[in-house]
Amino acid sequence: MKILDKLATLDRRYIFLMVALTVIVPLLFPIGMPITVTKEVQTVYDYIEKLPPGSTIMLAMDYDPAALAELYPMNLAVLRHAYSRDIKVIGMTLWITGATLGNLVMREAAEGIAQEGEDYVYLGFVTGAASVIMGMGEDISAVYPTDYGGRPLSEVPAMKGIKNYKDIDLLIDLAAGATPESWIAYAGSKYGQTIAVGCTAVSAVGYYPFLNSNQIIGLIGGMKGAAEYEKLIEARGTATAGMDSQSIAHILIIVLIIVANISYFAVRKKTTV
Amino acid sequence: MGTTIGIFIAAGLTLCIYSFLYKDNPFYKFAEHLFVGVAAGYTIATAWHQTVVRQIWHPVVTEGKFTLLIPTAIGMLMFSRFIPKYRWLIRWALAFTIGVGAGASIPLSMHSFIFKQTEATLQPFSGIGNLQFTAIINSVIIALGLLCTLIYFFFSVEHKGAVGVASKVGIFFLMVSFGAAFGYTVMARISLLIGRIYFLLHDWLHIAR
Repeated sequence: MKILDKLATLDRRYIFLMVALTVIVPLLFPIGMPITVTKEVQTVYDYIEKLPPGSTIMLAMDYDPAALAELYPMNLAVLRHAYSRDIKVIGMTLWITGATLGNLVMREAAEGIAQEGEDYVYLGFVTGAASVIMGMGEDISAVYPTDYGGRPLSEVPAMKGIKNYKDIDLLIDLAAGATPESWIAYAGSKYGQTIAVGCTAVSAVGYYPFLNSNQIIGLIGGMKGAAEYEKLIEARGTATAGMDSQSIAHILIIVLIIVANISYFAVRKKTTV
Repeated sequence: MGTTIGIFIAAGLTLCIYSFLYKDNPFYKFAEHLFVGVAAGYTIATAWHQTVVRQIWHPVVTEGKFTLLIPTAIGMLMFSRFIPKYRWLIRWALAFTIGVGAGASIPLSMHSFIFKQTEATLQPFSGIGNLQFTAIINSVIIALGLLCTLIYFFFSVEHKGAVGVASKVGIFFLMVSFGAAFGYTVMARISLLIGRIYFLLHDWLHIAR
Protein backbone atom coordinates (compact mmCIF):
# COMPACT_ATOMS: atom_id res chain seq x y z
CA MET A 1 0.00 0.00 0.00
CA LYS A 2 2.91 2.30 0.62
CA ILE A 3 3.79 2.11 -3.07
CA LEU A 4 0.23 3.05 -4.04
CA ASP A 5 0.31 5.97 -1.60
CA LYS A 6 3.57 7.17 -3.11
CA LEU A 7 2.20 6.81 -6.63
CA ALA A 8 -0.77 9.00 -5.72
CA THR A 9 1.61 11.83 -4.82
CA LEU A 10 4.28 11.12 -7.43
CA ASP A 11 6.07 14.22 -8.68
CA ARG A 12 4.82 14.75 -12.25
CA ARG A 13 8.39 15.39 -13.40
CA TYR A 14 9.11 11.65 -13.10
CA ILE A 15 6.29 11.07 -15.59
CA PHE A 16 7.77 13.70 -17.95
CA LEU A 17 11.12 11.89 -17.67
CA MET A 18 9.56 8.51 -18.45
CA VAL A 19 7.72 9.90 -21.49
CA ALA A 20 10.94 11.57 -22.70
CA LEU A 21 12.84 8.29 -22.40
CA THR A 22 10.18 6.33 -24.29
CA VAL A 23 10.53 8.83 -27.11
CA ILE A 24 14.34 9.24 -27.12
CA VAL A 25 15.44 5.59 -26.82
CA PRO A 26 13.48 4.25 -29.86
CA LEU A 27 14.72 7.18 -31.94
CA LEU A 28 18.31 6.23 -31.12
CA PHE A 29 17.76 2.47 -31.38
CA PRO A 30 14.88 1.87 -33.83
CA ILE A 31 12.93 -1.37 -33.48
CA GLY A 32 11.08 -1.11 -36.79
CA MET A 33 7.58 -1.91 -35.55
CA PRO A 34 5.18 -2.72 -38.40
CA ILE A 35 3.02 0.04 -39.89
CA THR A 36 -0.40 -1.07 -41.10
CA VAL A 37 -2.02 1.02 -43.82
CA THR A 38 -5.61 1.92 -42.99
CA LYS A 39 -8.43 2.09 -45.54
CA GLU A 40 -8.89 5.86 -45.21
CA VAL A 41 -5.23 6.57 -46.09
CA GLN A 42 -5.16 3.93 -48.83
CA THR A 43 -8.16 5.63 -50.49
CA VAL A 44 -6.31 8.93 -50.83
CA TYR A 45 -3.25 7.17 -52.24
CA ASP A 46 -5.35 5.13 -54.69
CA TYR A 47 -7.24 8.20 -55.87
CA ILE A 48 -4.01 10.03 -56.74
CA GLU A 49 -2.54 6.84 -58.21
CA LYS A 50 -5.48 6.51 -60.59
CA LEU A 51 -5.32 10.12 -61.83
CA PRO A 52 -3.88 10.30 -65.35
CA PRO A 53 -0.59 12.22 -65.79
CA GLY A 54 -1.27 15.90 -66.38
CA SER A 55 -4.15 16.01 -63.90
CA THR A 56 -4.22 18.77 -61.33
CA ILE A 57 -4.66 18.62 -57.58
CA MET A 58 -4.95 21.53 -55.18
CA LEU A 59 -3.17 21.31 -51.84
CA ALA A 60 -4.38 23.59 -49.08
CA MET A 61 -1.62 23.69 -46.49
CA ASP A 62 -3.59 25.14 -43.60
CA TYR A 63 -1.11 24.70 -40.79
CA ASP A 64 1.78 26.45 -39.12
CA PRO A 65 5.06 25.38 -37.48
CA ALA A 66 3.22 24.19 -34.36
CA ALA A 67 1.86 21.23 -36.35
CA LEU A 68 5.09 20.60 -38.23
CA ALA A 69 5.78 17.18 -36.69
CA GLU A 70 2.53 15.70 -37.96
CA LEU A 71 1.70 17.58 -41.13
CA TYR A 72 5.08 18.34 -42.71
CA PRO A 73 5.98 14.66 -43.39
CA MET A 74 2.41 14.09 -44.60
CA ASN A 75 2.72 17.10 -46.90
CA LEU A 76 6.07 15.93 -48.27
CA ALA A 77 4.75 12.41 -48.92
CA VAL A 78 1.61 13.58 -50.75
CA LEU A 79 3.60 16.08 -52.83
CA ARG A 80 6.28 13.53 -53.76
CA HIS A 81 3.57 11.08 -54.78
CA ALA A 82 1.86 13.68 -56.99
CA TYR A 83 5.13 14.94 -58.54
CA SER A 84 6.30 11.39 -59.27
CA ARG A 85 3.02 10.73 -61.13
CA ASP A 86 3.34 13.92 -63.24
CA ILE A 87 0.35 15.44 -61.53
CA LYS A 88 0.35 19.21 -61.32
CA VAL A 89 -0.02 20.70 -57.87
CA ILE A 90 -1.50 24.06 -56.94
CA GLY A 91 -0.50 24.93 -53.37
CA MET A 92 -2.04 27.58 -51.16
CA THR A 93 -2.84 28.25 -47.53
CA LEU A 94 -5.60 29.84 -45.48
CA TRP A 95 -3.25 30.17 -42.49
CA ILE A 96 -1.23 33.34 -42.42
CA THR A 97 1.47 31.78 -40.22
CA GLY A 98 1.88 28.97 -42.73
CA ALA A 99 2.56 31.13 -45.77
CA THR A 100 6.33 30.62 -45.87
CA LEU A 101 6.10 27.00 -44.74
CA GLY A 102 3.97 26.08 -47.76
CA ASN A 103 6.60 27.48 -50.11
CA LEU A 104 9.37 25.59 -48.30
CA VAL A 105 7.63 22.20 -48.36
CA MET A 106 6.69 22.46 -52.04
CA ARG A 107 10.29 23.25 -52.96
CA GLU A 108 11.76 20.52 -50.74
CA ALA A 109 9.45 17.87 -52.19
CA ALA A 110 10.17 19.02 -55.74
CA GLU A 111 13.96 18.64 -55.51
CA GLY A 112 15.03 16.61 -58.54
CA ILE A 113 11.54 15.57 -59.63
CA ALA A 114 9.50 18.71 -60.34
CA GLN A 115 9.97 22.20 -61.70
CA GLU A 116 8.46 25.30 -60.10
CA GLY A 117 5.97 26.95 -62.44
CA GLU A 118 5.89 23.94 -64.78
CA ASP A 119 4.80 21.14 -62.42
CA TYR A 120 3.65 23.10 -59.43
CA VAL A 121 2.73 26.58 -58.34
CA TYR A 122 2.44 28.03 -54.86
CA LEU A 123 -0.14 30.77 -54.46
CA GLY A 124 0.56 31.65 -50.83
CA PHE A 125 -1.86 33.25 -48.40
CA VAL A 126 -4.82 35.51 -48.95
CA THR A 127 -7.04 36.63 -46.13
CA GLY A 128 -10.71 35.70 -45.99
CA ALA A 129 -10.98 31.88 -45.64
CA ALA A 130 -14.62 31.34 -46.75
CA SER A 131 -14.53 34.06 -49.39
CA VAL A 132 -11.22 32.69 -50.70
CA ILE A 133 -12.68 29.18 -51.03
CA MET A 134 -15.85 30.41 -52.74
CA GLY A 135 -13.95 32.89 -54.91
CA MET A 136 -11.74 30.10 -56.29
CA GLY A 137 -14.90 28.24 -57.27
CA GLU A 138 -15.53 31.03 -59.77
CA ASP A 139 -12.04 32.10 -60.79
CA ILE A 140 -8.77 31.28 -59.03
CA SER A 141 -6.92 34.17 -60.66
CA ALA A 142 -9.48 36.64 -59.30
CA VAL A 143 -8.58 35.56 -55.74
CA TYR A 144 -4.88 35.03 -56.42
CA PRO A 145 -3.85 37.46 -59.19
CA THR A 146 -0.22 36.32 -58.80
CA ASP A 147 1.70 33.38 -57.41
CA TYR A 148 3.66 33.64 -54.15
CA GLY A 149 6.63 35.16 -55.96
CA GLY A 150 4.51 37.86 -57.65
CA ARG A 151 4.26 36.33 -61.13
CA PRO A 152 0.82 36.81 -62.77
CA LEU A 153 -1.03 33.48 -62.91
CA SER A 154 -1.60 33.89 -66.65
CA GLU A 155 2.17 33.55 -67.08
CA VAL A 156 2.48 30.37 -64.96
CA PRO A 157 2.52 27.23 -67.20
CA ALA A 158 1.12 25.02 -64.40
CA MET A 159 -2.02 27.19 -64.35
CA LYS A 160 -2.66 26.85 -68.07
CA GLY A 161 -6.24 25.71 -68.59
CA ILE A 162 -7.02 25.97 -64.88
CA LYS A 163 -9.81 28.40 -64.08
CA ASN A 164 -11.70 27.02 -61.08
CA TYR A 165 -12.61 23.81 -59.21
CA LYS A 166 -14.00 22.25 -62.40
CA ASP A 167 -10.39 21.91 -63.58
CA ILE A 168 -9.10 20.44 -60.31
CA ASP A 169 -9.33 16.68 -59.88
CA LEU A 170 -8.79 16.53 -56.13
CA LEU A 171 -8.45 18.99 -53.30
CA ILE A 172 -6.47 17.90 -50.25
CA ASP A 173 -6.65 20.02 -47.13
CA LEU A 174 -3.75 19.43 -44.77
CA ALA A 175 -5.09 21.15 -41.70
CA ALA A 176 -4.12 21.88 -38.14
CA GLY A 177 -7.47 23.50 -37.39
CA ALA A 178 -11.07 23.45 -38.54
CA THR A 179 -10.51 24.56 -42.15
CA PRO A 180 -11.63 21.17 -43.60
CA GLU A 181 -15.16 22.06 -42.50
CA SER A 182 -14.96 25.26 -44.56
CA TRP A 183 -13.62 23.38 -47.58
CA ILE A 184 -16.38 20.76 -47.23
CA ALA A 185 -19.11 23.39 -46.94
CA TYR A 186 -17.92 25.94 -49.49
CA ALA A 187 -15.96 23.89 -52.05
CA GLY A 188 -17.54 20.46 -51.57
CA SER A 189 -21.21 21.28 -51.13
CA LYS A 190 -21.34 24.41 -53.29
CA TYR A 191 -19.07 23.41 -56.17
CA GLY A 192 -19.00 19.60 -55.92
CA GLN A 193 -15.22 19.53 -55.43
CA THR A 194 -13.80 16.12 -54.45
CA ILE A 195 -12.00 16.55 -51.13
CA ALA A 196 -9.56 14.55 -49.02
CA VAL A 197 -8.38 15.62 -45.57
CA GLY A 198 -5.03 15.29 -43.84
CA CYS A 199 -5.09 16.57 -40.30
CA THR A 200 -3.46 16.48 -36.89
CA ALA A 201 -4.41 13.48 -34.76
CA VAL A 202 -6.22 15.68 -32.27
CA SER A 203 -8.81 16.68 -34.87
CA ALA A 204 -8.96 13.42 -36.85
CA VAL A 205 -11.80 12.00 -34.80
CA GLY A 206 -14.00 14.93 -35.84
CA TYR A 207 -13.70 14.13 -39.55
CA TYR A 208 -14.82 10.49 -39.50
CA PRO A 209 -18.49 11.52 -39.86
CA PHE A 210 -17.57 13.30 -43.12
CA LEU A 211 -15.84 10.14 -44.29
CA ASN A 212 -18.94 8.13 -43.43
CA SER A 213 -21.13 10.53 -45.41
CA ASN A 214 -18.73 10.46 -48.40
CA GLN A 215 -18.20 14.22 -48.14
CA ILE A 216 -14.49 13.45 -48.11
CA ILE A 217 -12.91 10.53 -49.93
CA GLY A 218 -10.12 9.82 -47.46
CA LEU A 219 -8.50 10.86 -44.20
CA ILE A 220 -4.82 10.98 -43.26
CA GLY A 221 -4.70 11.41 -39.50
CA GLY A 222 -1.63 12.63 -37.63
CA MET A 223 1.90 11.23 -37.67
CA LYS A 224 0.52 7.69 -37.99
CA GLY A 225 -1.34 8.65 -41.17
CA ALA A 226 1.81 10.32 -42.50
CA ALA A 227 3.82 7.16 -41.77
CA GLU A 228 1.22 5.09 -43.63
CA TYR A 229 1.52 7.37 -46.65
CA GLU A 230 5.32 7.16 -46.49
CA LYS A 231 4.98 3.38 -46.53
CA LEU A 232 2.70 3.53 -49.57
CA ILE A 233 5.14 5.65 -51.57
CA GLU A 234 8.04 3.55 -50.23
CA ALA A 235 9.94 6.53 -48.84
CA ARG A 236 10.96 6.35 -45.20
CA GLY A 237 10.62 9.80 -43.66
CA THR A 238 10.39 11.45 -40.27
CA ALA A 239 6.90 10.06 -39.61
CA THR A 240 8.09 6.49 -40.06
CA ALA A 241 11.11 7.24 -37.84
CA GLY A 242 8.78 8.41 -35.07
CA MET A 243 6.41 5.43 -35.10
CA ASP A 244 8.45 3.27 -32.67
CA SER A 245 8.51 6.12 -30.16
CA GLN A 246 4.80 6.71 -30.70
CA SER A 247 3.89 3.07 -30.01
CA ILE A 248 6.09 2.74 -26.92
CA ALA A 249 4.92 6.07 -25.50
CA HIS A 250 1.32 4.88 -25.96
CA ILE A 251 2.08 1.70 -24.02
CA LEU A 252 3.56 3.84 -21.23
CA ILE A 253 0.46 6.08 -21.17
CA ILE A 254 -1.84 3.02 -20.95
CA VAL A 255 0.24 1.59 -18.08
CA LEU A 256 0.21 4.96 -16.30
CA ILE A 257 -3.59 5.24 -16.66
CA ILE A 258 -4.07 1.74 -15.20
CA VAL A 259 -1.61 2.32 -12.33
CA ALA A 260 -3.07 5.76 -11.56
CA ASN A 261 -6.58 4.33 -11.37
CA ILE A 262 -5.52 1.45 -9.11
CA SER A 263 -3.71 3.92 -6.88
CA TYR A 264 -6.71 6.29 -6.87
CA PHE A 265 -9.22 3.61 -5.89
CA ALA A 266 -6.86 2.11 -3.27
CA VAL A 267 -6.31 5.49 -1.61
CA ARG A 268 -10.02 6.32 -1.76
CA LYS A 269 -10.94 2.96 -0.23
CA LYS A 270 -8.48 3.52 2.58
CA THR A 271 -9.75 7.03 3.34
CA THR A 272 -13.44 5.93 3.34
CA VAL A 273 -12.66 2.98 5.67
CA MET B 1 26.49 28.28 -42.37
CA GLY B 2 23.18 30.15 -42.12
CA THR B 3 21.29 26.86 -41.75
CA THR B 4 23.66 25.67 -39.01
CA ILE B 5 23.18 28.88 -37.03
CA GLY B 6 19.43 28.55 -37.50
CA ILE B 7 19.49 24.96 -36.20
CA PHE B 8 21.50 26.00 -33.11
CA ILE B 9 19.07 28.84 -32.38
CA ALA B 10 16.06 26.53 -32.83
CA ALA B 11 17.65 23.85 -30.63
CA GLY B 12 18.45 26.39 -27.91
CA LEU B 13 14.92 27.78 -27.94
CA THR B 14 13.43 24.26 -27.86
CA LEU B 15 15.48 23.49 -24.73
CA CYS B 16 14.43 26.83 -23.20
CA ILE B 17 10.75 25.93 -23.70
CA TYR B 18 11.14 22.38 -22.37
CA SER B 19 12.95 23.68 -19.28
CA PHE B 20 9.47 24.69 -18.07
CA LEU B 21 8.76 21.01 -17.44
CA TYR B 22 11.21 21.19 -14.54
CA LYS B 23 9.97 24.54 -13.28
CA ASP B 24 9.24 28.06 -14.46
CA ASN B 25 12.44 29.96 -15.21
CA PRO B 26 13.80 33.02 -17.07
CA PHE B 27 14.95 30.95 -20.09
CA TYR B 28 11.40 29.74 -20.66
CA LYS B 29 10.03 33.27 -20.25
CA PHE B 30 12.57 34.62 -22.74
CA ALA B 31 11.67 32.00 -25.37
CA GLU B 32 7.94 32.50 -24.80
CA HIS B 33 8.12 36.27 -25.19
CA LEU B 34 10.38 35.97 -28.21
CA PHE B 35 7.88 33.64 -29.86
CA VAL B 36 4.96 36.00 -29.25
CA GLY B 37 6.90 38.94 -30.67
CA VAL B 38 8.20 37.09 -33.73
CA ALA B 39 4.78 35.57 -34.47
CA ALA B 40 3.06 38.95 -34.27
CA GLY B 41 5.70 40.61 -36.47
CA TYR B 42 5.58 37.78 -39.01
CA THR B 43 1.78 37.91 -39.16
CA ILE B 44 1.68 41.66 -39.77
CA ALA B 45 4.41 41.55 -42.43
CA THR B 46 2.78 38.62 -44.24
CA ALA B 47 -0.67 40.23 -44.14
CA TRP B 48 0.79 43.45 -45.54
CA HIS B 49 2.67 41.84 -48.43
CA GLN B 50 0.31 39.00 -49.29
CA THR B 51 -2.97 40.87 -48.93
CA VAL B 52 -2.54 44.65 -48.98
CA VAL B 53 0.25 44.89 -51.55
CA ARG B 54 -0.69 41.88 -53.69
CA GLN B 55 -4.48 42.16 -53.65
CA ILE B 56 -5.02 45.91 -53.39
CA TRP B 57 -1.97 48.00 -54.19
CA HIS B 58 -0.77 46.20 -57.35
CA PRO B 59 -4.19 45.69 -58.99
CA VAL B 60 -5.17 49.32 -58.33
CA VAL B 61 -1.87 50.98 -59.27
CA THR B 62 -0.65 48.75 -62.12
CA GLU B 63 -3.91 47.41 -63.54
CA GLY B 64 -6.25 50.31 -62.75
CA LYS B 65 -8.82 48.14 -60.95
CA PHE B 66 -10.30 51.06 -59.03
CA THR B 67 -13.45 49.13 -58.03
CA LEU B 68 -11.25 47.39 -55.43
CA LEU B 69 -11.20 50.67 -53.53
CA ILE B 70 -14.85 50.16 -52.54
CA PRO B 71 -14.32 47.00 -50.42
CA THR B 72 -11.05 48.51 -49.21
CA ALA B 73 -12.91 51.58 -47.97
CA ILE B 74 -15.52 49.40 -46.24
CA GLY B 75 -12.72 47.43 -44.61
CA MET B 76 -10.97 50.61 -43.50
CA LEU B 77 -14.10 51.52 -41.56
CA MET B 78 -13.06 48.82 -39.07
CA PHE B 79 -10.41 51.25 -37.85
CA SER B 80 -12.96 53.98 -37.16
CA ARG B 81 -13.39 52.62 -33.64
CA PHE B 82 -10.10 54.29 -32.75
CA ILE B 83 -11.66 57.72 -33.42
CA PRO B 84 -14.41 58.28 -30.80
CA LYS B 85 -16.34 60.78 -32.95
CA TYR B 86 -16.64 58.34 -35.88
CA ARG B 87 -16.75 55.09 -33.92
CA TRP B 88 -20.26 54.35 -35.19
CA LEU B 89 -18.96 53.84 -38.73
CA ILE B 90 -17.61 50.43 -37.74
CA ARG B 91 -21.21 49.19 -37.81
CA TRP B 92 -21.28 49.50 -41.60
CA ALA B 93 -18.23 47.31 -41.98
CA LEU B 94 -19.54 44.81 -39.43
CA ALA B 95 -22.99 44.77 -41.04
CA PHE B 96 -21.41 43.96 -44.39
CA THR B 97 -19.17 41.24 -42.92
CA ILE B 98 -21.91 39.60 -40.86
CA GLY B 99 -24.51 39.87 -43.63
CA VAL B 100 -22.32 38.30 -46.31
CA GLY B 101 -20.85 35.75 -43.89
CA ALA B 102 -24.19 34.60 -42.54
CA GLY B 103 -25.80 34.56 -45.98
CA ALA B 104 -23.07 32.36 -47.38
CA SER B 105 -22.52 30.09 -44.41
CA ILE B 106 -26.01 29.31 -43.05
CA PRO B 107 -27.44 27.41 -46.05
CA LEU B 108 -24.16 25.66 -46.83
CA SER B 109 -23.57 24.71 -43.18
CA MET B 110 -27.11 23.36 -42.90
CA HIS B 111 -26.58 21.31 -46.04
CA SER B 112 -23.09 20.04 -45.17
CA PHE B 113 -23.35 19.44 -41.45
CA ILE B 114 -27.01 18.56 -40.86
CA PHE B 115 -28.73 17.34 -44.02
CA LYS B 116 -25.80 15.36 -45.41
CA GLN B 117 -25.01 13.84 -42.00
CA THR B 118 -28.65 12.88 -41.42
CA GLU B 119 -28.80 11.41 -44.91
CA ALA B 120 -25.62 9.38 -44.28
CA THR B 121 -27.10 8.03 -41.03
CA LEU B 122 -30.43 6.97 -42.52
CA GLN B 123 -29.58 6.12 -46.13
CA PRO B 124 -28.03 2.68 -45.45
CA PHE B 125 -31.41 1.46 -44.17
CA SER B 126 -33.03 2.12 -47.56
CA GLY B 127 -30.88 -0.61 -49.11
CA ILE B 128 -30.30 -2.77 -46.06
CA GLY B 129 -30.98 -5.98 -48.00
CA ASN B 130 -27.89 -5.40 -50.13
CA LEU B 131 -25.56 -4.62 -47.23
CA GLN B 132 -23.02 -6.97 -45.68
CA PHE B 133 -23.65 -8.07 -42.10
CA THR B 134 -20.86 -5.85 -40.67
CA ALA B 135 -22.17 -2.82 -42.58
CA ILE B 136 -25.66 -3.41 -41.16
CA ILE B 137 -24.24 -3.59 -37.61
CA ASN B 138 -22.26 -0.36 -38.20
CA SER B 139 -25.34 1.44 -39.54
CA VAL B 140 -27.46 0.32 -36.59
CA ILE B 141 -24.80 1.45 -34.09
CA ILE B 142 -24.46 4.86 -35.77
CA ALA B 143 -28.24 5.42 -35.90
CA LEU B 144 -28.69 4.21 -32.31
CA GLY B 145 -25.83 6.41 -31.11
CA LEU B 146 -27.28 9.45 -32.88
CA LEU B 147 -30.80 8.99 -31.48
CA CYS B 148 -29.72 8.18 -27.91
CA THR B 149 -27.24 11.10 -27.80
CA LEU B 150 -29.92 13.48 -29.08
CA ILE B 151 -32.32 12.18 -26.40
CA TYR B 152 -29.66 12.82 -23.72
CA PHE B 153 -29.56 16.48 -24.80
CA PHE B 154 -33.38 16.75 -24.90
CA PHE B 155 -34.21 18.42 -21.59
CA SER B 156 -37.94 19.14 -22.07
CA VAL B 157 -38.88 15.65 -20.85
CA GLU B 158 -37.79 14.11 -17.55
CA HIS B 159 -35.13 11.43 -18.09
CA LYS B 160 -36.92 8.41 -16.65
CA GLY B 161 -38.46 5.23 -18.06
CA ALA B 162 -37.69 4.61 -21.73
CA VAL B 163 -36.30 8.12 -22.15
CA GLY B 164 -34.04 7.55 -19.15
CA VAL B 165 -32.69 4.29 -20.59
CA ALA B 166 -32.10 5.90 -23.99
CA SER B 167 -30.43 8.85 -22.27
CA LYS B 168 -28.08 6.49 -20.38
CA VAL B 169 -27.19 4.73 -23.64
CA GLY B 170 -26.53 8.21 -25.05
CA ILE B 171 -24.08 8.86 -22.20
CA PHE B 172 -22.32 5.59 -23.07
CA PHE B 173 -21.89 6.72 -26.68
CA LEU B 174 -20.65 10.12 -25.49
CA MET B 175 -18.07 8.43 -23.25
CA VAL B 176 -16.84 6.29 -26.15
CA SER B 177 -16.53 9.44 -28.26
CA PHE B 178 -14.63 11.29 -25.49
CA GLY B 179 -12.33 8.27 -25.12
CA ALA B 180 -11.59 8.26 -28.85
CA ALA B 181 -10.94 12.00 -28.78
CA PHE B 182 -8.65 11.62 -25.75
CA GLY B 183 -6.73 8.78 -27.43
CA TYR B 184 -6.18 10.89 -30.52
CA THR B 185 -5.16 13.86 -28.34
CA VAL B 186 -2.52 11.78 -26.56
CA MET B 187 -1.27 10.61 -29.97
CA ALA B 188 -1.10 14.20 -31.23
CA ARG B 189 0.80 15.51 -28.21
CA ILE B 190 3.28 12.63 -28.30
CA SER B 191 3.77 13.30 -32.03
CA LEU B 192 4.70 16.91 -31.28
CA LEU B 193 7.22 15.74 -28.69
CA ILE B 194 8.65 13.22 -31.16
CA GLY B 195 8.97 15.97 -33.76
CA ARG B 196 10.99 18.20 -31.45
CA ILE B 197 13.16 15.41 -30.06
CA TYR B 198 13.81 14.07 -33.56
CA PHE B 199 14.92 17.57 -34.53
CA LEU B 200 17.30 17.72 -31.55
CA LEU B 201 18.75 14.24 -32.10
CA HIS B 202 18.81 14.22 -35.90
CA ASP B 203 19.23 17.79 -37.18
CA TRP B 204 21.18 19.21 -34.24
CA LEU B 205 23.20 16.42 -32.65
CA HIS B 206 23.25 14.05 -35.67
CA ILE B 207 22.92 10.97 -33.48
CA ALA B 208 19.55 9.66 -34.72
CA ARG B 209 19.04 8.04 -38.10
